[in-house]
Amino acid sequence: MEKLTELTALELGAAIKKGEVSIEEATRAALEAVEQREGELNCFITRTGEQALERARALQAGVKETSSPLYGVPMAIKDNICTKGVKTSCASKILGDFKPPYEATAAERMERAGCVSLGKLNMDEFAMGSTTETSFYGPTHNPWDTGRVPGGSSGGAAAAVAGRECWYALGSDTGGSIRQPASYCGVTGIKPTYGTVSRYGLIAYASSLDQIGPLARSAADCAAVLDALMGKDPRDGTSLDVPAGGLLASLTGDVRGMKIGLPADCFGEGLDPEVRRAMLEAADVLKSRGAQLVEFDFPVMEYMVPTYYIIAAAEASSNLSRFDGVKYGWRAEGYEDLTDLYCKTRTQGFGAEVKRRILLGTFVLSSGYYDAYYKKALQAKGLIKAAFDDAFGRCDLMLTPVAPTTAPKLGESLSDPLQMYLSDIDTVSVNLAGLPGLSMPCGFDKGGMPIGAQLIGPALGEAAVLNAAHAFQMDTDWHKRSPYEKEVF
Amino acid sequence: MSITTEMVDYISDLSRLRLPQEEKERMTGELQGILAYMDVLNTLDTSGVEPMSHVFPVKNVLREDEVVPSGDRSELLKNAPASDGEAFLVPKAVE
Amino acid sequence: MTWETVIGLETHVELATKTKIFCSCTTAFGGAPNTHCCPVCMGMPGTLPVVNKKVVEFACKAGLALNCEITRYNKFDRKNYFYPDLPKAYQISQLYLPIARNGRVTIQTGERERDIRIHELHMEEDAGKLVHDPWVDQTKADYNRCGVPLIEIVTEPDFRTAEQVIAYLEKLKSTLEYLGVSDCKMQEGSLRCDVNLSVRPAGSTEFGTRTEMKNLNSFKAISRAIAYEARRQIELLEEGKRVIQETRRWDDNKDATFSMRSKENAQDYRYFPEPDIPPLELSEEYLDGLRKEQPEMAEERKERYQKEYSLPEYDAGQITAQKALVDFFEATVALGAPAKEAANWMLGEMMRRLKEEELEPKDMKLTPENLAALISMVEQGTINRNTAAKVFRAIFPDNADAQAYVKEHGLEQVSDPVLVEHAVEEAFAENADAVADFKAGNEKVLGFLVGQVMRRLKGKADPKTVNEAVRDRLTH
Repeated sequence: MEKLTELTALELGAAIKKGEVSIEEATRAALEAVEQREGELNCFITRTGEQALERARALQAGVKETSSPLYGVPMAIKDNICTKGVKTSCASKILGDFKPPYEATAAERMERAGCVSLGKLNMDEFAMGSTTETSFYGPTHNPWDTGRVPGGSSGGAAAAVAGRECWYALGSDTGGSIRQPASYCGVTGIKPTYGTVSRYGLIAYASSLDQIGPLARSAADCAAVLDALMGKDPRDGTSLDVPAGGLLASLTGDVRGMKIGLPADCFGEGLDPEVRRAMLEAADVLKSRGAQLVEFDFPVMEYMVPTYYIIAAAEASSNLSRFDGVKYGWRAEGYEDLTDLYCKTRTQGFGAEVKRRILLGTFVLSSGYYDAYYKKALQAKGLIKAAFDDAFGRCDLMLTPVAPTTAPKLGESLSDPLQMYLSDIDTVSVNLAGLPGLSMPCGFDKGGMPIGAQLIGPALGEAAVLNAAHAFQMDTDWHKRSPYEKEVF
Repeated sequence: MSITTEMVDYISDLSRLRLPQEEKERMTGELQGILAYMDVLNTLDTSGVEPMSHVFPVKNVLREDEVVPSGDRSELLKNAPASDGEAFLVPKAVE
Repeated sequence: MTWETVIGLETHVELATKTKIFCSCTTAFGGAPNTHCCPVCMGMPGTLPVVNKKVVEFACKAGLALNCEITRYNKFDRKNYFYPDLPKAYQISQLYLPIARNGRVTIQTGERERDIRIHELHMEEDAGKLVHDPWVDQTKADYNRCGVPLIEIVTEPDFRTAEQVIAYLEKLKSTLEYLGVSDCKMQEGSLRCDVNLSVRPAGSTEFGTRTEMKNLNSFKAISRAIAYEARRQIELLEEGKRVIQETRRWDDNKDATFSMRSKENAQDYRYFPEPDIPPLELSEEYLDGLRKEQPEMAEERKERYQKEYSLPEYDAGQITAQKALVDFFEATVALGAPAKEAANWMLGEMMRRLKEEELEPKDMKLTPENLAALISMVEQGTINRNTAAKVFRAIFPDNADAQAYVKEHGLEQVSDPVLVEHAVEEAFAENADAVADFKAGNEKVLGFLVGQVMRRLKGKADPKTVNEAVRDRLTH
């Protein structure tokens, strides 16, 4: 058998089901990789190895009965998804050792599908950032080049999957936080349609944009995770009451006649030529399988970043007000009165990027500025949604870059926040319109860093998005490349 | 749109953040840059466009009025930085 | 100069739902601190609100009863501010699209009717309770009330006197009680009122600078605070000073209002649409259904009582002023008690006892079954009216069984004519002088003789029978 940690989640699941490998063996293999690589990668904030082994042994008895293709497969969870009794920090000092007395619906559903959780993954503080450098627990490093960032905010998740520390991970995506790190780390990740995965227990950054989704080794792995995750949750009023499941079973790889849209405005200025080349090659792969390519203008692109940052910052400023040193988490010392307690706790407890977004959000909602900024952004969101509806009248899926470049070096991005925000241009649009967006590896740059292509589908178009990615992965092996098995290819 | 340090003081106060002078100055500059960039939205004609807060037309998500037993207090208070076992404790906040 | 007082009210009413507005915790009053809580109402990270169906229903019913236009497309908004009684640091409320607007309540003061316009009615969540513990010099935050559903009813500045304000609140209270949407207990805070008040020279059409008064926990406090605040503002203006727009706190003990810290007045709540709650769309069919369920209100019921039960207008008015009395009255009548009797007992003995005990009708233990039984014993001659009054006072506090009490204390009325005759005989024998007096034409002694007979019967005879027996004996 191939080296265990190089299998996809579904391959491992099948091996477990067949009895070729025990869940404990798989778990030990993952824990070994974690032990070996965490020193240089720093993917985890909290490791729960002991509980994982116990869980692995307990699950073994159910192998025969299970119908879950991911039964017994070790995974890990981004640290903004609440796990009962296990520290959930959002990579922030302000949450201290917060151990939620409740479990996020998404974590509960994966548990029902027989997952073995290895722990909680590093991220940008409160999911605000594109590099995982804003974490209070130090940056995560990219397994392809530890001098580079893994992307963010789900950088720990992408690096752990790419670094073979686990087979898949749960991340969250507010403006690209699954897709961009997946792209930087050479793994497959999908942000499903807003409302298809419950947000209950996901610590909110921007409630109207946040969505949980998987990062894994293949589109098929992602389909299997989504089959377990999706579905109406009575605890989340924004969760959609639509049929869920069946995605894995629907992967045929048949894209004949499918219209793939290439929006010209996503291939303009600022796009790295190597990334552009990889995109066009990816499009050609799909074309060779019978898809049709359609080009069109998509002029709303220039409004994406401002619209996104106004809405996200506004919601964040409100969502993060509850962190005040009273009910949970960290409390500053040496305060004189209530206001002083609030101010000291929040000023010392939040990092610079979080404070920047809180201030920005407070500003755009404050008296006298609401109409000019927040209301304007909500109107722009309406127009962006309409532009996507229009685009999906011309094509079935859109193919765009995930990010204009490959992973930058550590320490290069944070000095200029606006520049960092601008690099989110290709991903934030998908969140604004609530659409499914997938990132799949489609090549490497000269420096050996992975490049990702983004497939965007219409609302509830997960099956089409995953099927196109699956088709692509049937003809390519970018997604199978491993930073540790480079010589294989 | 230009943002002043007074404005930064005002929004800091509303957000219960108290930035040291140096950080405040840097923040003011950064926010100025970000807001100046956001002015690009002014070139977008939004007249007659309804502000969209919910992207999908989901509506009337309601719950039945049926009591579910409340949480265990010791569990709910366990994460509190200061509590006396029955309530959260804060510095004097009552007139 | 003569001054005119201009008043507007903001009334917060807790809805009588079983569970909170956004989670399934109980709304029961009291309970040990933080025992009616869960991660949602404690604002724990990652938790989400889901709206209680009943809250929407109750808010609509209230809006309809206050003659409002119901907003078909409703949204919730967040109101952001930091305070330890608000664990999320925002209150979910309705700013942009409140559930009801443009209503009207007609009040009556003396002979005059007046329309009070309702500006809006919106749904929101209540905050927790803070109690300062002087021993440790710490404030304790209890979130049991957090998330209890409220409606806030805002009037236009249509009041000119405290009397009108009280009449409005009485009417509002009665309306909400009739609807069954709130128990309106001021002492438990389920009806709370903030008063906005300004003064202006009589005849002026412009408004003066207003102040908002808080912490008004009784109708009495409201009346006094209005009188105080109007006087304070007039004095300021007459001295050539200005009224400052601010929030003032009523102090019941000091009988005065005091300025609250001005910092709290300068608020920027940064309202924005609540992203966690999808909009509510209320259909015409839904509202029609609610309209059909609207109960008969105080005025209609008062008229019906006068017609159907021949109650005097005053009595009908007294009973229909409070839903609890209506419920008690109708239940008693339904158990077979004559309406007039039931009304008399309720407005006499019962009101007297409630006043003595400082109880609200809805808080008393006495049941309609028990009062009906008592009335029936009088009707059947088992006990007489005086005895019944004594029994009533005895059974009132704990709702002791009236029939059992009468039996236990041997209070059944003496109806055996032989026994009565015997007592008359004895009384006449012992009071020969009085008998002689009567026969000499002094009719006044009749009462004395009756009393003597009753004393011998330990008060347990029917006074009418005794009266007849005495008169019979004297005239034969």
